[in-house]
Amino acid sequence: MNTYAVRVIYKYEMLRAWETLLQSFASPVLSTSLYFVVFGSAIGSRIEQIEGVSYGAFIVPGLMMLALLTQSISNASFGIFFPKFTGTIYEVMSAPVSFLEILLGYVGAAATKSLIIGLIILATAGFFVPLEVAHPVWMAGFLVLTCISFSLFGFIIGLWADNFEKLQLIPLLVITPLVFLGGSFYSVSMLPPAWQTVTLFNPVVYLISGFRWSFFEVSDVSVGLSLSMVLVFLGACLLVVWWMFRTGYRLRQ
Amino acid sequence: MQSIVSISNLSKTYAGGHQALKDVNLDIAPGEILALLGPNGAGKTTLISIICGIVKASSGSVTVAGHDIVTDYRSTRSMIGLVPQELTLGAFDTVWNTLSFSRGLFGKKPDPGYLEQLLRDLSLWGKKDSELMTLSGGMKRRVLIGKALSHEPAVLFLDEPTAGVDVELRKDMWALVRRLRESGVTIILTTHYIEEAEAIADRVGVINNGELLLVDDKQALMHKLGKRQLIMELEEAVGALPDSLSPWSLDLSADGGRLTYTYDPHTAHTGISGLLQAIREADLVLKDLKTTQSSLEEIFVNLVKGN
Repeated sequence: MNTYAVRVIYKYEMLRAWETLLQSFASPVLSTSLYFVVFGSAIGSRIEQIEGVSYGAFIVPGLMMLALLTQSISNASFGIFFPKFTGTIYEVMSAPVSFLEILLGYVGAAATKSLIIGLIILATAGFFVPLEVAHPVWMAGFLVLTCISFSLFGFIIGLWADNFEKLQLIPLLVITPLVFLGGSFYSVSMLPPAWQTVTLFNPVVYLISGFRWSFFEVSDVSVGLSLSMVLVFLGACLLVVWWMFRTGYRLRQ
Repeated sequence: MQSIVSISNLSKTYAGGHQALKDVNLDIAPGEILALLGPNGAGKTTLISIICGIVKASSGSVTVAGHDIVTDYRSTRSMIGLVPQELTLGAFDTVWNTLSFSRGLFGKKPDPGYLEQLLRDLSLWGKKDSELMTLSGGMKRRVLIGKALSHEPAVLFLDEPTAGVDVELRKDMWALVRRLRESGVTIILTTHYIEEAEAIADRVGVINNGELLLVDDKQALMHKLGKRQLIMELEEAVGALPDSLSPWSLDLSADGGRLTYTYDPHTAHTGISGLLQAIREADLVLKDLKTTQSSLEEIFVNLVKGN
């Protein structure tokens, strides 16, 4: 194992986040605070409790997931896309590093950054609503698995994209709508029966549901199913990345 | 002596169908400077990219110090440094950080002392904390060389190292390449500047349309393929050559004032004495005369044209 390579890639990516501190960390916190102000205070005051949880607290897991998913994808996709775009990827491709080491460096850093953002948002939420986490271990588990899975997904997008438009395409047109329609701001049980069935095809529902359960012990689907879906998604991402590396897709001619 | 790089029957056909390399065979000795000459699109960069692991070969094999570049890529890549043709650097990194990154990437533990010496050798120590985007083109080129040398490679590939750089910097580069060779580094450079190959290479390979046309010692190549010419300026121009000079196949310039005799300097009898005798007997008076040696450029052009 080329641990020096893993370390320098990881450090380089973390340094990039540190140098763009406002964009990396302050921006998601500001966005989340605005969501709390708009949904939690302005709208939330008119909504009764959902399954025994105040609306302001109810949306915290969804808001965290929204930030985690978008940040994981954005961090990881940009991390690998930018060297491809500038041509500096030649150095990584000509170095004595395995694909696993490349993954550990890039995806590890992206997941770490998302994890930090998630924890900052959780702390921010604490200023707006009283929060208690019923199952901290499960919460941490969902948090870490989501960060890793979606960082892997972002890495796939970064490898696939050959221009900036494609880089933004899936996060903006697929992920954001799925998160908004995945029960971030409402319980699936509040939807008409037909839409409840349709919503179950949205994979993000399982993420948010499981994550919300770890906070309040309320969920739209069973926690076991949620965990299974996250693991299936993680496995699928790993499979795609493995295939991309094995074939040299968009990396080696 | 065992080759440090050995290429056997290497071919590469890109997905679009373009055959960039055709059955290339080449052995490179440790510590030599090999210049690969060829026009744009000849296959030079493809050849380098395959050895470095950036491009996959379609067929054939390459070993570096006896290790296969596919099955034992960790060993081979850790021995190789690559300076790419393009100035591909992250804009916001500092010189020091980018060299440290490269060293770590190639599996070497941090060694600030070595990196400091390297930057001093490259006249970049004063710029170690500068962001790369603030450097001149020449400095960026030196940073790329520094990155390639940061992990102390045994083999250095320089892909068009002096493309687009001024004459002074080019000569600095040549001096640097010679110093590296003295320290035991094997250097393979691609160039389409004949002057560059002539100035620094031990051996020259000519590649065109994906085929390695020849590889030979630079001096031997010029010896084998180089022609010498005796150019004679006449005091008075003539309309035609006298018949008595026809055995020498002379070229008469359009204005009739210059005779050119092309000969092989390595034969026992060049025919120069007889020619001068015949000129005198033909009552032609010489104003001046000089000899010229074919340059590598002429040899290269002739080879590529022939191909």
